Amino acid sequence: MRQISMRDAINEALHLEMARDPRVIVLGEDVSGGAGGTSGQRDAAGGVFGVTKGLLPKFGEDRVIDTPISESAIIGAANGAALAGLRPVAELMFADFLGVCFDQVFNQAAKFRYMFGGKTSCPIVIRAATGAGMNMGAQHSQSMYAMVTGVPGLKVVVPSNAYDAKGLMLTAIRDDDPVIFFEHKALYPRKSAVPEGDYTLPFGEANLVREGEHVTVVAIGRMVSFAEKALDALAADGITADLLDPRTLSPLDDETIYESLDNTGHLVIIDESPPRCSVAADIAGLVASNAFHSLKAPIVQLTPPHTPVPFARELERAYVPGPQAIEAAIRKMLKESRAAS
Amino acid sequence: MSLPKDLLLRAYRQMKTIREFEERLHVEIQTGEIPGFTHLYSGQEAVAVGVCENLSDQDWIASTHRGHGHCIAKGCDVQGMMLEIYGRRDGLCKGKGGSMHIADMTKGMLGANAIVGGGPPIAVGAGIACKIAKRGNVAVAFGGDGSANQGTVFEAMNLAVVLRAPVIFVFENNGYSEHTGASYAVGSGDIAGRARGFGMAAETCDGSDFFAVYDTMAKLLKSVRTGGGPAALEAKTTRFFGHFEGDPMLYRAKDEVARHREQMDCLRIFRDRVSKEGWLQLAELDAIDDQVMALIDKSVTTSRAATPPSASDLLTDVYVSY
Repeated sequence: MRQISMRDAINEALHLEMARDPRVIVLGEDVSGGAGGTSGQRDAAGGVFGVTKGLLPKFGEDRVIDTPISESAIIGAANGAALAGLRPVAELMFADFLGVCFDQVFNQAAKFRYMFGGKTSCPIVIRAATGAGMNMGAQHSQSMYAMVTGVPGLKVVVPSNAYDAKGLMLTAIRDDDPVIFFEHKALYPRKSAVPEGDYTLPFGEANLVREGEHVTVVAIGRMVSFAEKALDALAADGITADLLDPRTLSPLDDETIYESLDNTGHLVIIDESPPRCSVAADIAGLVASNAFHSLKAPIVQLTPPHTPVPFARELERAYVPGPQAIEAAIRKMLKESRAAS
Repeated sequence: MSLPKDLLLRAYRQMKTIREFEERLHVEIQTGEIPGFTHLYSGQEAVAVGVCENLSDQDWIASTHRGHGHCIAKGCDVQGMMLEIYGRRDGLCKGKGGSMHIADMTKGMLGANAIVGGGPPIAVGAGIACKIAKRGNVAVAFGGDGSANQGTVFEAMNLAVVLRAPVIFVFENNGYSEHTGASYAVGSGDIAGRARGFGMAAETCDGSDFFAVYDTMAKLLKSVRTGGGPAALEAKTTRFFGHFEGDPMLYRAKDEVARHREQMDCLRIFRDRVSKEGWLQLAELDAIDDQVMALIDKSVTTSRAATPPSASDLLTDVYVSY
């Protein structure tokens, strides 16, 4: 099968769904680009990461809407268009910009259906580039998904590869609830096998990336590929793991985690967001409450420290949990567990 | 020139319904039976009705925390609203919204909104949907003088101009943002001028005069409905009660409300005008008064006796599917 990047996979999903459903619109800063420029060239950006490239020439200015730098108006307009019957996909550019428009996300989109007694829905998708690793500094590198996962009414998607991203994006646009779709910047160029046609992946079903017997590793987004590298190294010593990619953090497939722990008894959670009130802490709490008796050792949460994302290469490398840190954490956990038993 | 008689009668009925709804709530709230807190619209009725009599169910409005008047003017069911404010199961939003979150999409009512400045960006989105549908429909963003100081409203106005979206920003300048005077908080003192600065037509009118609001709105809509882009209306008005029920209004001169009730009562101004012009008989209006009183009375009696939601309702309507 052909290999395409996560950028192209999401772009393909947007093309497919805009062609299939005339209610789908795309709006955001520079989603086409070039409006008002001196070259006269439209689609001059296609999104700052190129994810929305080619949509404007195909679907026109009514449905591919370049906006001013006005995040509250972008997400608010997406909300209003959704209430009025459209299915907007709003690009927030960087997930960090949730800080500028959080009211429209958590007070408005998340609550319409409940506040209005179930008589309406708000089918929007908010696309946001997430994650560290590009030396973009503290305001362009955060992993903000815990903040929205904690809000009832929102769904949260964090794909780890191109194949998942396409299927999850098609599901997200067709979903009748508001969805926040986090796209890791470092994964945009990474390629994997992606079918050409239409396919969807369900929300709330974790992907068992690989099976093993000694440890359950839950990894989110970019951390999945880092965990795979770590597990490759550990395989040489006969250490194997169930590697679970939740794919959606809300809804969260916690049952699959419990089932895996039944077999392995050891849990390592790898999360790129800071440790306090994180998704890692949430999963650890769920496991402690619901699967405590499966555990043979304390849960390990591997996260960055409780700091903003730093700038310098050396600091950022130290911040993000990398393959070697994951490998070391798993070795340490299993060694201590053996010593204790 | 007179407006059609049925429009005049309906406009009066709507204004009177809002007035009695609010005056009655003011009394009932003091019994302690109504949960939460409530922001009453008494005094501003001519704005909601003057605007909404220009709209159809296919036009949208986004409302505010002071939203009862907008809801009634846009056609929301009065009994359903009262049940909602009492927190009853059969309320318009099943008792999950309350006074500040009444909505009815079938009437083009996008929701009251407890966040000042929350509604205008949403109205722009509904306006985008209208623009794409090309049926000449529009979206109206209601806001007070307080909302005129919110950045989200500036963003919404600029985006509407950039996209030539069919949106009318209606600013109801009742003189106070909560407990602070607009003369203090609106830096330029000129809300319509601000809207003009964003590149849209903007008019100011007497918000106590239904005819002034209706005519100004009609004039602005001609262009907005035919692709002329957004517009704004600043209606100078007053509220007869506090920011919320229980507000002691220490910021208002002792005689101000009484004076405004005497000089700025849109219902009295309407009655005087239509009888002086010979458009309607006062007896016709008195008959409407009686019907409205009976409707409000019944809606309160029904709401007091109505069933509250059950604990199991807590868990429904969070998601369409999860």
